[in-house]
Amino acid sequence: MARLLTFRRGGVHPPEKKSLSRGEPISRCPDPETLIIPFAHHLGAPAKPLVSPGDEVKPGDKIGESAGFISAHVHTPMGGKVKEIRSVYLPAGFASPAAVIEADPGSSWSGTDMGEDACASMDPKEMISRVQEAGIVGMGGAAFPAHVKFMIPKGKQAEYLIINGVECEPYLNADNRLMIERTDDVLSGAMYIQKMIGAREVIIGIESNKPESLQAMTQAVSSRRLPLTVRSLKVRYPQGDEKQLIEALLKREVPSGGLPIDIGAVVSNVGTALAVYEALRMGKPLMERVLTISGEAASDPKNVLVKVGTPISHVIEHAGGFSSPPDKVVIGGPMMGFSIYDLSTPVMKGTSGILALTKHQVNQASRTPCISCGRCVQACPMGLNPTKLYKLIDHGNYDEAKQRFLLDCKECGCCSYICVAKIPLVQGMRWGKLMLRKKQS
Amino acid sequence: MLMNVFYAFLSIALLGALLGIGLAVASLKLSVKKDKRISSVEESLPGINCGACGYAGCAAYAEAIVDNAEELTLCSPGGKDTAEALARIMGQEIDFSAIKQVALVHCWGNEETRSSDFRYEGIEDCNAAFIYFSGADTCKYGCLALGSCIRICPVSAITKREDGRIHVDRNICIACEKCVEVCPTKVMQMVPHDSDWYVACNSPDKGAMVRKYCSVGCIGCRICEKKFEDGGFKVDNNLASAQYDRQYSQREGAAEACPPKSIRMIE
Repeated sequence: MARLLTFRRGGVHPPEKKSLSRGEPISRCPDPETLIIPFAHHLGAPAKPLVSPGDEVKPGDKIGESAGFISAHVHTPMGGKVKEIRSVYLPAGFASPAAVIEADPGSSWSGTDMGEDACASMDPKEMISRVQEAGIVGMGGAAFPAHVKFMIPKGKQAEYLIINGVECEPYLNADNRLMIERTDDVLSGAMYIQKMIGAREVIIGIESNKPESLQAMTQAVSSRRLPLTVRSLKVRYPQGDEKQLIEALLKREVPSGGLPIDIGAVVSNVGTALAVYEALRMGKPLMERVLTISGEAASDPKNVLVKVGTPISHVIEHAGGFSSPPDKVVIGGPMMGFSIYDLSTPVMKGTSGILALTKHQVNQASRTPCISCGRCVQACPMGLNPTKLYKLIDHGNYDEAKQRFLLDCKECGCCSYICVAKIPLVQGMRWGKLMLRKKQS
Repeated sequence: MLMNVFYAFLSIALLGALLGIGLAVASLKLSVKKDKRISSVEESLPGINCGACGYAGCAAYAEAIVDNAEELTLCSPGGKDTAEALARIMGQEIDFSAIKQVALVHCWGNEETRSSDFRYEGIEDCNAAFIYFSGADTCKYGCLALGSCIRICPVSAITKREDGRIHVDRNICIACEKCVEVCPTKVMQMVPHDSDWYVACNSPDKGAMVRKYCSVGCIGCRICEKKFEDGGFKVDNNLASAQYDRQYSQREGAAEACPPKSIRMIE
């Protein structure tokens, strides 16, 4: 067997914990009575609300209009009455206005498949505008608006389209299940994206701990004779980050402060490819997603299709509640996810998992001084020096931290994970970035 | 033998004399003309290089005064005396109507008075804590008491009291406003040095909501504004604030009447 591909620098290998929900087929989460749909799903400008309290909405209605360049439309997955627009805290820790909708039971969006031919006749520009209209964002977690990514800036050329099926976060199986159960749709979506950006080559990257996905994808590609390559990757975190994935597959490095397109690559998640497929074939807006509910304190770990705006508590209830009182409930994966305190927090477009973790998993050891062991330096996939950056930020020396590439940190959590002194390094990086933003304004 | 010593002595003496003359010529030829006032202005400044004036230190401020006609009242630690001294040197008149300001925490909440949403175990710093849900307290406007202001204060005027509240010593405060800038909840605000009573709350939430999460928060009941004509309080956006334009006679009465006792004497 050939040596598996992986990225060059840093990285960690936390316990995978995928087996908890690996074999669970995607089931539909029952509809909630109340939807809380935030207008901000990503950094950048939140969408401008198009509804006001008292308005009636139909399933699939656009309720938020993108405001600004890095911004995406927001749609409601169910019909009902808008009760209020209020501010809610999102898992990432910041507040956003959100529409609270009293949902009509049983109302859900329906559309008809326009077939392959209708899509084949569309030109790339029209396809991108349809993606934009559907409010599609990157489904990997950061929820970056997809149409912005697919519009290749002048003077740049997308040589490669990389479909990201890595899912390197422990516990999560949402993308894995999508690749097994919706193989053909994901592949069709990938081909549409290739057409939009004009990429020469399409590569699907999947970590070797998902043999069923690898097999399903390889089989479908060869039986449909698609011009795609499926590559198996060594299991290593954070390979699912686009910069690491590009490095693993293309042996190219995204320059500091740059974007993948600068080196001719566009990376899209398998969930995004599916959303693109559904938007182009059926005109379906992005208003539901597959996520994994797992963790040692979850009584019935499973993969569920959830409507955006569903309260987390409702999803947990559907999965049989907690088997033991959780010490932390984490939204997203355990490495990059955020722990929340309010279970009425809604599921967002970028929510890939809900994890109920016990005290044992959280491992709340008390913090001790840095012993300068250098493990964080070794683990950082961006080649930064986390301990030095932390000390600079702690001493208020934000400018020097910036000179040492603080802004290249993407908060993957490798340094905090590996730190023997249990120093909250990632929080330190976020703190430093906040102070830099504060200084600029 | 003796001659050798003599030659050595002579050559060193000659060399010394030559270099000395060279230096003397250089100091005359290459001297930079510096305004004499700069050094005297610098001497009049306190010399603690706090940066409150906006310059890198006292020397930089002194240069700016002389070279760029910068304002003379920017030095907060020096206060009136320094400004007067600078005015004498520069031959200017200055207006002293502006009163010295001091920083004040507009919050009387602590663990006992208010509720929190979760247990915060991260970095001990207000801004670092503010990243996550604007802090663990249910009130999103109060003092997080994690000491960002304490660490940034150049004169150590700010301390944490035993009851967990943050206290600014107004006799030490030099009004550099660094704590005001760093405070994420904007609960640190400037008030005149000689003010007596203040409203120790920063929450614009409705009264019913404030009551739920804090026992000493202003509920916006307007008793201070309506019942005490000469109290000098104004309620705006569910939050009372004290006015400091002049002396008011009914402040103490209003403080006693305030239901949650949000109106407090400055300590």
